[in-house]
Amino acid sequence: MISTGSPNPAVPGGKHRPAPAFRLAVPGAAGTVGGVASQAFLHLVIALMCLAWILPTLGVLVSSFRPASAVANSGWWTIFANPFDLTQYTLANYQQVLEQNGMAQAFWSSLLITVPATLLPMLLGGFAAFGFAWLRFPGRDALFLLMVGLMVVPLQMTFIPILRIYSRTGLAGTLVGIWLAHTGYGLPFAIYLLRNFFGTLPGELFESAYIDGASPLTAFLRLALPMSVPALASLGIFQFLWVWNDLLVALIYLGGTSSLAPLTLKLSSLVGSYGQEWHVLTAAAFVAMVVPLILFFSLQRYFVRGILAGAVKG
Amino acid sequence: MRPRASWAALFVGPALLLLGFYLVYPAINTIWLSFFDASSQHFVGLANFRELFHSPTMLVAFRNNLIWLIVFTTATVSLGLALAVLTDRVRYESLAKAVIFLPMAISFTGAGVIWKFMYAYVPPGGQQVGLLNQIMVSLGLQPVGWLITQPWVDNLALIAVGVWIWTGFSMVILSAAYKGIPRELLEAARVDGASEWQVFRFVSLPALQTTLAVVATTMIINVLKIFDIVYVMTNGNFGTEVLANRMYTVMFQFQDFGQASAIAVILLIIVLPFMLVSVRRFRAEEGQR
Repeated sequence: MISTGSPNPAVPGGKHRPAPAFRLAVPGAAGTVGGVASQAFLHLVIALMCLAWILPTLGVLVSSFRPASAVANSGWWTIFANPFDLTQYTLANYQQVLEQNGMAQAFWSSLLITVPATLLPMLLGGFAAFGFAWLRFPGRDALFLLMVGLMVVPLQMTFIPILRIYSRTGLAGTLVGIWLAHTGYGLPFAIYLLRNFFGTLPGELFESAYIDGASPLTAFLRLALPMSVPALASLGIFQFLWVWNDLLVALIYLGGTSSLAPLTLKLSSLVGSYGQEWHVLTAAAFVAMVVPLILFFSLQRYFVRGILAGAVKG
Repeated sequence: MRPRASWAALFVGPALLLLGFYLVYPAINTIWLSFFDASSQHFVGLANFRELFHSPTMLVAFRNNLIWLIVFTTATVSLGLALAVLTDRVRYESLAKAVIFLPMAISFTGAGVIWKFMYAYVPPGGQQVGLLNQIMVSLGLQPVGWLITQPWVDNLALIAVGVWIWTGFSMVILSAAYKGIPRELLEAARVDGASEWQVFRFVSLPALQTTLAVVATTMIINVLKIFDIVYVMTNGNFGTEVLANRMYTVMFQFQDFGQASAIAVILLIIVLPFMLVSVRRFRAEEGQR
């Protein structure tokens, strides 16, 4: 069956795909019975997948606004009988987790940990990446290969020696300790991503700047950085989410009961103590998720770009 | 006109110092410690490794990491591929992709709570509050203890959480690669009478081969270190132990730094081949520049 789906199958735009708006539904010739059926099947499969992906989160969101007794005695889907009956919703769960269960404090701890632990690797990684891309020094290529390898070293290989040093120097359980740890762990990816981006900048630019007497510092700060805002944004959102969502590193270097415990740590200890009390756990989970969700919806583009730049070079 | 090499030290030095301190030195030290006893006082040779390979819990962890490796990697890569190809054909592509991709933004800990709630179990007769058991009951079946039924149900239930999180990642990468295939190529095959399946099988799939390998390698490296999901949802109970969680337990609860180091070393050894693959691929790509 020849099924071009269009009287004019010519694809415009050379090597690049045409803008989606102009693209015709490709599979199955529209109008034939098989075409309609396969189209319907296509939509059904995608719709079911999307449903399976969104329902778990929706269930938690809905439950977090339901009273404790309702959450314990009926499924969250029962609200769909009268979804707009606002009397069945409450903010009491949020009040409880924020005030009594310490999620408000954990929220500030997360911010305190995450912001410096995002900026530091961006700064140090930016300098190093520029060095790897545009400065010459002995062993540069070998060191960069080492960096690529370090990206995948299991962090488990580092915990015991560092924790010992931290205990001796008093860095265990401190903000500085966890900032530096996240910086060390985040640097390979930061350098890798930025170096690949800097590498695409035109080299003549820096050459002419040097001829005009500029130092590499000026070239980096005045030329490379302003041209790299998208790459820096990708890296920033990546590192931010990585630190914000991290449980393991916080667990190791802050310990289970620290007053600096970030949201993930607090949430996981609530899972231990509130096992089946879903009104608490769902509200707490949502408090832990709200910042990533906002970032995701506002900066999805950069997030995707970061993933693409990290995994396959475009 | 080139800047002097001393500038390089200024640019690269601070990062290298931190990398040396946080990754290189500890990794070497951990290998060293894996040959010592619990408190790192006495050299014990390979005793830690010997014990680990005879410990029932560790054998369960090895088995589970292998199950994770196979099921998680296959599922994320094939679902990601299917979604990349399918969503390309509908007008609401970006919406559908955003929905699938969303879990990538949230923490494993949050995802653990979300899915613990999905898997919630109430004994038969009671009102189910977990969606999955409600579906089971609606179908006239018994509710299932998803997180305690060994060995397959609970491990697969945990793996499903991982798949839910990571499918978006593989979809995004594969989708970008899929869109990079020249449309003329696909159209030409269709004009020649190929069915949609044949176009996929004989044109798209070969074109995506390299990307599939990259995604699979990334997934394997990730899955070998899987920790948070298991720690939050079952803490390795009911036969769901994995290496990374075991290392944490041995390190903090048993305070056995020798064995904990040995587990880390085993993890490294398993990751090593995949690390070499990515380094080699990186070099090949550099060569093309």
